[in-house]
Amino acid sequence: MTELKQLALRALHLELGGKMVPFAGYEMPVQYPMGVLKEHLHCRAAAGLFDVSHMGQVIVAAKSGRAEDAALALERLIPVDIAGLGEGRQRYGFLTTPAGGIIDDLMMTNRGDHLYVVVNAARKAEDLAALKAGLPDCDVGEVTGRALLALQGPAAEAALSRLVPDAADFAFMDHGIRNWQGVELWISRSGYTGEDGYEISLPDSAAEAFARRLLEDPAVAPIGLGARDSLRLEAGLCLYGHDIDEETSPIEAGLNWAIQKARRAGGTRAGGFPGADRILRELSEGPARKRVGLRPEGRAPMREGTELFAANAGGEPVGTVTSGGFGPSLEAPVAMGYLPASLCAPGTTIWGELRGRRLPVTVAALPFRPANYKR
Amino acid sequence: MKYTEDHEWLRVEGDLVVVGITEYAAQQLGDVVFVELPEVETQVAQGDEVVVIESVKAASDISAPLEGEIVAVNDKLGDNPGLVNEDPLGDAWFFKMKVEDMSALDDFMDEDEYNESIA
Repeated sequence: MTELKQLALRALHLELGGKMVPFAGYEMPVQYPMGVLKEHLHCRAAAGLFDVSHMGQVIVAAKSGRAEDAALALERLIPVDIAGLGEGRQRYGFLTTPAGGIIDDLMMTNRGDHLYVVVNAARKAEDLAALKAGLPDCDVGEVTGRALLALQGPAAEAALSRLVPDAADFAFMDHGIRNWQGVELWISRSGYTGEDGYEISLPDSAAEAFARRLLEDPAVAPIGLGARDSLRLEAGLCLYGHDIDEETSPIEAGLNWAIQKARRAGGTRAGGFPGADRILRELSEGPARKRVGLRPEGRAPMREGTELFAANAGGEPVGTVTSGGFGPSLEAPVAMGYLPASLCAPGTTIWGELRGRRLPVTVAALPFRPANYKR
Repeated sequence: MKYTEDHEWLRVEGDLVVVGITEYAAQQLGDVVFVELPEVETQVAQGDEVVVIESVKAASDISAPLEGEIVAVNDKLGDNPGLVNEDPLGDAWFFKMKVEDMSALDDFMDEDEYNESIA
């Protein structure tokens, strides 16, 4: 077994009573003494501080030195309008496979003379390989020595404003660089909880002091991976390796919204990315199966792997739960999974098999809870 | 009070055995969000899975510590599964069973032995 990588904030997590577990090659806090349920609710009611330093931070710069060249180059790998992304703006996207699957989902920011990309921890190696192989006209480099913190929840703006006076001026998906006590903060107004909030990249050496300052605010509590998962599940956000992977297409996953007009059939830069045949075909004809929200009846959670059926007895499974658990804000179990297109209409009743018994599940629109983004 | 290796506690109440889980187990499980209880009048063998507990983290089972009949279940846990975290040794008992051979209880750990086993 390879040794787990340690976070710059490890000592602080331990001091705060964080229960550390291995995750994507890192030792990460899964929860603090507050517990997953209360951490989740606290983030929705006030603000939560998450250490997401395990995520990959990557710089893509065109050898020409021009940001638009980097954007156009990246469009060869990602079916998103990146050239149209303004400076200081961030956009969600995904690297696709030649068969139209997803290598990883990520966030891209236009930073003037280069693009800053944040990727999933467990996919860093695959992402860097795909970027380097596909972008010979760009320099692709992993950012090292920088921690990544997420501050999420309705009180995030006020909490960050104490340290970054103009934090409120950021709109959803804005990005900017600010100085805090002599170090550079790379701030984006985005996150993975369905709440308003920020993601802040900063030097490892300053991370603990900065985190402590945020935690001095009684509205801010540290939140572990456990609640991060239930928060994103209620927000209907995909988790790579579970809800999306190299087999699922972005259209099956319901990520159509992330593919702007410019990259679709008839657009100014239509296609030209791996898997365009399948992805554009599914966009026009509709996919055979789709990711849906699922609300199991009763209180029993239906977790990943739960098989889904079209009837309450007999027949083969028609789909599988890809993420599932208990939604603390909904006070009910919630799940996501894939179903044949004919069963995807919200309100459709299907059945999930739990411990040998089939229990009714209602197909639901995503997100389960409306997002509180500050647009 | 007696304790099993599966972190259940067993309390004798007249001719019945009341079964719950220890504080340590409740802490390890995390916030409990769902409890599925057996039907009363079910005959169970030792080791039968009789209760399902779902926490925010995972599902786990409680097995029958002894052979016997389930004679009562704690319906409060249906509406308020969080009771398992709040009062695992008291209000959050799971079921009561009638056991043929009460002397079999002697085989389980006492409090000191249990505490030592989790230390």
